[in-house]
Amino acid sequence: MKGKEVMDTQNINLLEGREKQVYEKTAGGAEVEIACDKTSLSGSVSQRACVFCGSRVVLYPVADAIHIVHGPIGCAAYTWDIRGAVSSGPELHRLSFSTDLQEMDVIYGGEKKLYRSLVELIDQYQPNAAFIYSTCIIGLIGDDIDAVCKKVAREKGIPVLPVHSEGFKGTKKDGYKAACHALMKLIGQGSTEGISACSINILGEFNLAGEAWIIREYYEKMGIEVVATMTGDGRIDAIRRSHGASLNVVQCSGSMTTLAKDMEEKYGIPFIRVSYFGFEDMSKSLYDVAQHFPDRPDIMEKAKEIVRDEIRKYYPEMQKFKAALTGKKAAIYVGGAFKTFSLIKALRTIGMSVVLAGSQTGNKEDYKNLKEMCDEGTVIVDDSNPVELSKFILEKEADLLIGGVKERPIAFKLGVGFCDHNHERKIPLAGFIGMYYFAREVYESVMSPVWQFAPRKGGLR
Amino acid sequence: MAREGLTINPAKTCQPIGAMYAALGIHGCLPHSHGSQGCCSYHRSTLTRHYKEPVMASTSSFTEGASVFGGQANLLASIETIFSVYDPDVIAVHSTCLSETIGDDLQQITKKAKDDGKIPEGKYVIYASTPSFVGSHITGYANMVTGMAEQFAVSTGEKTDQINIVAGWMEPSDMREIKSLASLMDAKIVLFPDTSDVLDAPQTGKHEFYPKGGVTIDELRSTGDSKCSLALGCMSAEPAAIALDKKCKVPFETLDMPIGLSATDRFIMALSKAAGKPVPASITAERGRVVDVMADMEQYFYGKKVALFGDPDQIMPLTEFLLDLGMKPVHIVSGTPGNRFEKRMKEILERAPYANFKNGAQADMFLLHQWIKNEPVDLLIGNTYGKYIARDEDIPFVRFGFPILDRVGHSYFPSVGYSGAMRLIEKILGVLMDQQDRMALEEKFELVM
Repeated sequence: MKGKEVMDTQNINLLEGREKQVYEKTAGGAEVEIACDKTSLSGSVSQRACVFCGSRVVLYPVADAIHIVHGPIGCAAYTWDIRGAVSSGPELHRLSFSTDLQEMDVIYGGEKKLYRSLVELIDQYQPNAAFIYSTCIIGLIGDDIDAVCKKVAREKGIPVLPVHSEGFKGTKKDGYKAACHALMKLIGQGSTEGISACSINILGEFNLAGEAWIIREYYEKMGIEVVATMTGDGRIDAIRRSHGASLNVVQCSGSMTTLAKDMEEKYGIPFIRVSYFGFEDMSKSLYDVAQHFPDRPDIMEKAKEIVRDEIRKYYPEMQKFKAALTGKKAAIYVGGAFKTFSLIKALRTIGMSVVLAGSQTGNKEDYKNLKEMCDEGTVIVDDSNPVELSKFILEKEADLLIGGVKERPIAFKLGVGFCDHNHERKIPLAGFIGMYYFAREVYESVMSPVWQFAPRKGGLR
Repeated sequence: MAREGLTINPAKTCQPIGAMYAALGIHGCLPHSHGSQGCCSYHRSTLTRHYKEPVMASTSSFTEGASVFGGQANLLASIETIFSVYDPDVIAVHSTCLSETIGDDLQQITKKAKDDGKIPEGKYVIYASTPSFVGSHITGYANMVTGMAEQFAVSTGEKTDQINIVAGWMEPSDMREIKSLASLMDAKIVLFPDTSDVLDAPQTGKHEFYPKGGVTIDELRSTGDSKCSLALGCMSAEPAAIALDKKCKVPFETLDMPIGLSATDRFIMALSKAAGKPVPASITAERGRVVDVMADMEQYFYGKKVALFGDPDQIMPLTEFLLDLGMKPVHIVSGTPGNRFEKRMKEILERAPYANFKNGAQADMFLLHQWIKNEPVDLLIGNTYGKYIARDEDIPFVRFGFPILDRVGHSYFPSVGYSGAMRLIEKILGVLMDQQDRMALEEKFELVM
């Protein structure tokens, strides 16, 4: 039985059928194309989530809307305030609303219950809009959510938006799309009067730990008006008038490119892809936006000034971290591939190399870029699992894992430092100051005295 | 606010996570979620946040096709993949709202897997039907534990001296404490499920896919020959004891989960009687210490109003314990529906006719908050979600139950038994006295309390 050897994480084989989703960059190695955009193998311990999860994370930070999960209780319970997307005002998004469907509802349909719930909620909380998420069984019992939403919207005079996020209808990426479609229904409904010619929307920034505020401040300092952030610290009115902006600046391309493309097509607003992680990408995202307004050289001047001042402020502080971290190795396994690029660069800034890079939802182009960026010997994985991650972390002798909630305890069990670059980050990692925090967090975790008691590869020291 | 359809800030979650938690209490078991990928991911994340431990489980990864044509192919493929790659001793399959609604029959599919030779010799696939639109996470736990009993227990016709203890939904630390009490009494027991040494595993430098704890298959098989069962909790444990009685004629007694003094007394006496062993002096002395602290500190408990929420089998004995301490449980909420629960709570609350109690539909945190606003309390007890209310109303707050996402300790220190009672007393006094110190005027700020 090969089981024994399989389950020894220091000496495992790859899951059958996974060979094409794992790639090791070697000198003169064969150019293998990574198979991605695949649904996970049935029976695998995948780290991925579902369509509903994709929609929920994208729309969740809209703080003056109610978010009601139409289905049995679980989907609402598990997504109740788990993402630290902060709001400067209303906090409706932090409450958990569910139709809590019961057996009789599944048999006779849940439309009436949804209607009643919506009316009760809107009367109680007076939100500026409502998002209604369909969960798996809604797709099966055939509730006409669109009709209920229309009816309530008419009666209550606010936008009531269906989000078609049945869990099984694709992957998390399809959930992003469903969320973008809901946002598109809002965009264009507000007045664009008084919006500056030098204006942008910030897309794909969710204001975890207040990151959107940092980014917004940079742009505003440059003299640019930020019409809407989608969806961090999001407001319905801002989203409704966001078609008045002259440029869409898209981070987290996986989730928001759909929206940017739709807005380009419908309103002729061009978009650029950016990243706010690390000095290099952060600076570039300011320059790229400035370049979009060539007749305003002062904007570029201001951008340069910000970059100069900020790097001057944080770079010296980071040298202490770099001195300690140089030569240390990192493994990265995050949701989106675009984030991986920035992380590789940011880690290089503090002297660290990357021995494993992977994502849950990267596409072909992402992995092509990733291969080009990575050093030799780096392992690249799509839709990985704990066994594989453990194997490569140990094999490649990583000192740090960057991941999300399910990866954290695996790193700690292996005696490896950890940085949460997902929902559970507690400090802002975006922007220049975010790079400083990132370096500090990595330093603190990698250098923690705890590891002397938590030896790697087993056994007491 | 009058509500008909809506749940705001739930005091429960759905069945499958309970089934997943229970299955982790079998040694060498991989829980399998027969549904969309998200379910499995959410359950693993929530359990990981609660235990700060890796939680392994696989998923059938439903697609649109599976939802139209049924999930049989996905489950069969899953079983094959899991045994060839992850090599567990047992796969414990639970359903989801999706697979239930499309009508997948787990019994039939697992039988087909066996007939088709997809289950290797000496390996097992067990299952539990856990539709998310019925009951709560507690129901799911009970269903999986019942599945263990029904599908593993064997009756050889010869009874042994062994006692089954069916654990209701409790922490690994609680299960460890139950085993320790039985061992002190020299009672031969098999406890199932048993998540100790699974979800409180030590740091070893290795990621153990199957940690060393968990009830073994041999132990589960042997439950059919045990002389009796003690079910700790009428909601989460009793159904498995009933199943054992039906299948293997193992008589059972249902007890409250041993939380607090009185419920622990009843458990110790029942165990002593079932095992035919006297209560050892060490346990009697431990009980004496609990009563001693209760006496020493009675003035700080007496008449204090408490709001509590959580899972039925824990809430019932906890309410009783609060009454034993002289406190007044005024508001009690549990999202889990069930007549047994209502009936038992009525008995316990005979001493407290003033109490508000609600479970099932719309028994949620929003309701609890409304009640607290109408009648303020001195103490709030419940899972992490209570922290919003505790902060809004400035109420001392003791974390207790599932999930606890923002503190550690629950998986290491028990709430059951006399040491659990002692811990609860310490925690309750701690927050009450901290509040008193914080609020005290200069001249009333006391050194000795």
